[in-house]
Amino acid sequence: MPGEDKYSAAVVEDLVVHRGRQPVLRGLTFRVEPGSVTGLLGPSGCGKTTLIRSIVGVQRIRSGTVTVLGEPAGSPRLRREVGYVTQSPSVYEDLTIRQNVRYFGAVYGATARAADATIEAVGLAELSTALVGRLSGGQRARVSLACALVGDPTMLVLDEPTVGLDPVLRRDLWQRFHTLAAGGTTLIVSSHVMDEARRCDRLLLLREGELLCDDTPANVAESMGTDSLDEAFLRMVLSAEEEVAR
Amino acid sequence: MMSFRLTLRTAGRVLMQLRHDRRTMGLMLVVPSVLLTLLKFVFDGRSDVFNQLGLLLLGIFPYTSMFLVTSVAMLRERESGTLERLLSMPLHKLDLLLGYGLAFGAVAVVQASVAAAVAYQLLDLQVQGQVWAVLLIVVSTAVLGSSTGLLTSAFARTEFQALQFAPAVIIPQLLLCGLIWPREEMAGALQALSDVVPMRYAAEALAEVGTYPLPTNTMWRDFGVIVGFVVVLLVLGAVTLRRRSE
Repeated sequence: MPGEDKYSAAVVEDLVVHRGRQPVLRGLTFRVEPGSVTGLLGPSGCGKTTLIRSIVGVQRIRSGTVTVLGEPAGSPRLRREVGYVTQSPSVYEDLTIRQNVRYFGAVYGATARAADATIEAVGLAELSTALVGRLSGGQRARVSLACALVGDPTMLVLDEPTVGLDPVLRRDLWQRFHTLAAGGTTLIVSSHVMDEARRCDRLLLLREGELLCDDTPANVAESMGTDSLDEAFLRMVLSAEEEVAR
Repeated sequence: MMSFRLTLRTAGRVLMQLRHDRRTMGLMLVVPSVLLTLLKFVFDGRSDVFNQLGLLLLGIFPYTSMFLVTSVAMLRERESGTLERLLSMPLHKLDLLLGYGLAFGAVAVVQASVAAAVAYQLLDLQVQGQVWAVLLIVVSTAVLGSSTGLLTSAFARTEFQALQFAPAVIIPQLLLCGLIWPREEMAGALQALSDVVPMRYAAEALAEVGTYPLPTNTMWRDFGVIVGFVVVLLVLGAVTLRRRSE
């Protein structure tokens, strides 16, 4: 029984998701360790966002199970435990940073002070009274992140959180992810940037809705006989394609 | 679990968003008075007609503007991803919908008060009933418009589509509510149809207030029907909010 697994933060078993008639995820099975950073990688259109939505529990699934923190994904208790950051920043453009974070914080039951501390933590304290609509893409992404962090989630699920961020901000953000993981938060982060893959504890490589590999970054590189993750993924995708061709 | 605190926080958030949009606020507050003034001059010398129509239009303006502003606001909530975020959080659907109703109800109180003050003081609108009774019906009609907008926005993909629902929802009601032509003189089928048109009850209640110095039973019954429509529309609106989607 997947629900009885007390040692995994998330258990996905034989997950199948269709969009219309098109299969998007074709029977995925994997586990996510608590307090780890799991990278979800793969070419665009491979099903990353759909998998993320399934873990958050906002995706209608066709078959299989997704168990998060011991409960079926999307169950009411999990709404307090699982923080979700969508690919495009989902915050109110016609509110200030502070008004956004305080409102979403209130829904989680966080105090105004906790909201302000979260704004500080994502490096936006000086802009807290600025309207989100006037911010740059990277700043908006951080507001969106703050709106999930303010709930102090046990699991944080992020869909391409570093798109449009400069290298310095990207590094800061990854440092934050590791700090959170060290504190016991489980993170699932999708990305298509390979140098980010190296920073994960574990990698899931998706291709056309199937899991190509589920291993540590070091093992992934080694198994493909290269020390470059980029090259390893390329070889993996190519060999999978050759298999399909045969 | 519903939470009164979160309903209020949501209403506060919606009002903050409106406050940042000064032009919309200005238009909502000024346009009804301008149109009432226009009506006054169109029926110059026919104060009996102005008294009757002016009162009814006092009720229809807030209905229309709350319908428009709510359906666009809700559509933006869907488009920006904030709705999906909220639905993945510990927020009851009715907290969200009631928050909207409450916020726009509050705006309607201000809007109706300004329009009523102009109509009574400057345009010499003569109404038998008391001011509070006029405001009660006008504001409940505005909340009716707001909850109608919440529901119709579920069937629109874009803001263009959302706005196209305005004539489709409002003009048939205007034709059938008895404002343009007495209901008693309509064909039987149309009369029956007009019984399920929410605006007919608002029009009738306002006509009662205009004619009798004290609230009549008919007015109270119509008020009850309006509140009933609001409840049904909000519940239908909640049904259209899906925590899980394709």
